[in-house]
Amino acid sequence: MFRKNLVGWAFLVPLVAYLLLCYGYPLLTTVDLSIRDYTVRTFVHGGAQVIGLANYGDVFADPVFRTALLNTVVFTVASLVFQYGIGLALALFFSRRFRLSATLRALFLVPWLLPLIVSASTWAWMFNSEAGVVNAALAWFGLDGVNWLTSPDWSLVSVIVANTWIGIPFNLVVLYSGLRNIPAEVHEAAALDGASSWQAFRHVTFPMLRPVSAVTLLLGLVYTLKVFDIIWIMTRGGPGGSSTTLATWSYELGFGSMLPRFGPSSAVGNVLILMAVVAGLVYVRSQRHREAS
Amino acid sequence: MKRSTFGRRVTVALVTAGLSLTACSSAGDTAGGTAAPFAVWDPYPQFDASSEWVKVIEKCGTEAGVAVERQAYDTSDLTNKVLLAAQQGTAPNVLVVDNPVVSTLAEGGVLKANQDTGLDASQASPNLVAAGEVDGKAYGVPIGANTLALYYNKAVLAQAGVDPASLTDWASLDAALAKVVGAGKKGITFSAIGTEEGSFQFLPWFWGAGAQLTDLSSTQAVAAVELWKSWLDKRYAPNSVVGNTQTTSWQEFATGEYAFAENGTWQLGNAAKLGFEHGVIPIPSRDGGVAPGPTGGEFVTVPVQGAADREATAAKIAGCLTDADTVAATDSALTYVSAIPSVQEQQVAERPELKVWVDAVQAAKGRTGDGRGTRYPRISQPLWTAVQAVLTGSKPAAEALKDAQTAAASAK
Repeated sequence: MFRKNLVGWAFLVPLVAYLLLCYGYPLLTTVDLSIRDYTVRTFVHGGAQVIGLANYGDVFADPVFRTALLNTVVFTVASLVFQYGIGLALALFFSRRFRLSATLRALFLVPWLLPLIVSASTWAWMFNSEAGVVNAALAWFGLDGVNWLTSPDWSLVSVIVANTWIGIPFNLVVLYSGLRNIPAEVHEAAALDGASSWQAFRHVTFPMLRPVSAVTLLLGLVYTLKVFDIIWIMTRGGPGGSSTTLATWSYELGFGSMLPRFGPSSAVGNVLILMAVVAGLVYVRSQRHREAS
Repeated sequence: MKRSTFGRRVTVALVTAGLSLTACSSAGDTAGGTAAPFAVWDPYPQFDASSEWVKVIEKCGTEAGVAVERQAYDTSDLTNKVLLAAQQGTAPNVLVVDNPVVSTLAEGGVLKANQDTGLDASQASPNLVAAGEVDGKAYGVPIGANTLALYYNKAVLAQAGVDPASLTDWASLDAALAKVVGAGKKGITFSAIGTEEGSFQFLPWFWGAGAQLTDLSSTQAVAAVELWKSWLDKRYAPNSVVGNTQTTSWQEFATGEYAFAENGTWQLGNAAKLGFEHGVIPIPSRDGGVAPGPTGGEFVTVPVQGAADREATAAKIAGCLTDADTVAATDSALTYVSAIPSVQEQQVAERPELKVWVDAVQAAKGRTGDGRGTRYPRISQPLWTAVQAVLTGSKPAAEALKDAQTAAASAK
């Protein structure tokens, strides 16, 4: 009995060690950073005073917080809606399996394979006010150019467009495999019952896809909340903070100026982590609810 | 049989554990130790082991009688790398770092003051050394300096009938831009991005109007922002300046469409590769004369090691790297203006086109000078935010700068 347990524990050790070292310790350090009054001196030499939740108070009182929170919500929701919507439409399209569909589907994966810095820089060029291809296309149709990245009204839209484009392949792949797992008989039965293709989608495909959709959206949420590179490369969160999200703000506080403010920066980071955890809990709860019913 | 299966299982599990442990703790732990060679960190990844700069480092190490190991980092990475290394007690022995960071590191107790190590900055110009002064003590020696000026496209100005020598104040520059745009060309490009680069580019106009960093909301400051804003409104400058880094701004100028570009000494190498003839004039101040620009360029510093003899040796290496005899080669490789007046004269004698840059560097001011030190980042951020707010039309100039002053004054 004891021996059996020991083997069990021995197998657990790698996982536990991995979790503690690579997750537990950094998380604890971030919490520790966020409740101390760090200056450059105390960061190097130690002895930073514990100031409780004062960093959080400062962060919440900062007018940037409201903008960043609102931008984060808009950015996340809009990205998810479009990524999921377009991804689902494409998945349905490809599930019909026609000639070249496999090749085309592979092409749709390209955004996923490109390094983010390449995608983001390319979008930044395309959206450039002066020399960008988007404004050139608008001009060709006789429309006025838009200051995509340099106008406070458009910068958030531009980064959402870029992020949606990057997120579509992920949604496409997961939803496509979800569709493949729905047995063909169900569709046949619906067709025999005289369901139109919209009705079949609305009452058969979509409900049966729900577990896959939930996972896709949850993963998408976590990925989107923490998006940093695309925004930073395209707009630096600007102009004037108009595309700042909590992720870029956290970076800006900690590393964006010559004088790092580790306390408030990690406080913002923790708020972000908390948001992701809450979303995860909601998901787990709804899963239990479904299983119970 | 049973026993050996058990043993195997435990072994497998433990090996896996060991693997994941080593995977987590990754590389590192290589620096440090008192017998280690002297570590020199610099932000010049463009120079590889065969470059003149690395040979200079090795020569200086040999002169000091020690082995040196040089490590190059990206300049934006270096500050954080140094802070972390200092926290772990593995700071390099000699650190070459961007000048506005020196006061931050000095105040953090990462650097030794020159007076404690015997490092001597007296050869360098006082206006450059000032950027590294904290509480009356100097930290490090400037290895060279760069600053901003206006590059111009000769053909575009000739076509618009503008004589670059006549551009000595804002009014004449404004008139020249009107002529250029009237002739169907583009006016001026610069960088007003929402980072330190944006403040760096704005400072010559800010200081050139007579404004001071102690009061961001002065009428002079308002005049400087309104000058930029008027250029955007009149299409003298493209809207893309709001998101331009100095590199993307240079790329715009390199198209040959623009009359002027505000850019730095470090572009001289690229300027030679432009497909058109160019010239350089100093940035004019509002009422005439050369506007003071911010000084750029790195300092050679000695981080704290807690071992006086090693610090003294490091100071010898730092002194050698910035010595008049060795630094000229380094500065020409970096296309910097030397920090030492006698070497500046030598540079101008060899390349007369550097005269403009030497004048600009002599007129320039350190961002962290005047005892501002670590206050500067707290002033700079509200400043670039205000400039962006004005240029995008979100706020009028006076209001934006008033908010900036409030933010700068209230920041700890």
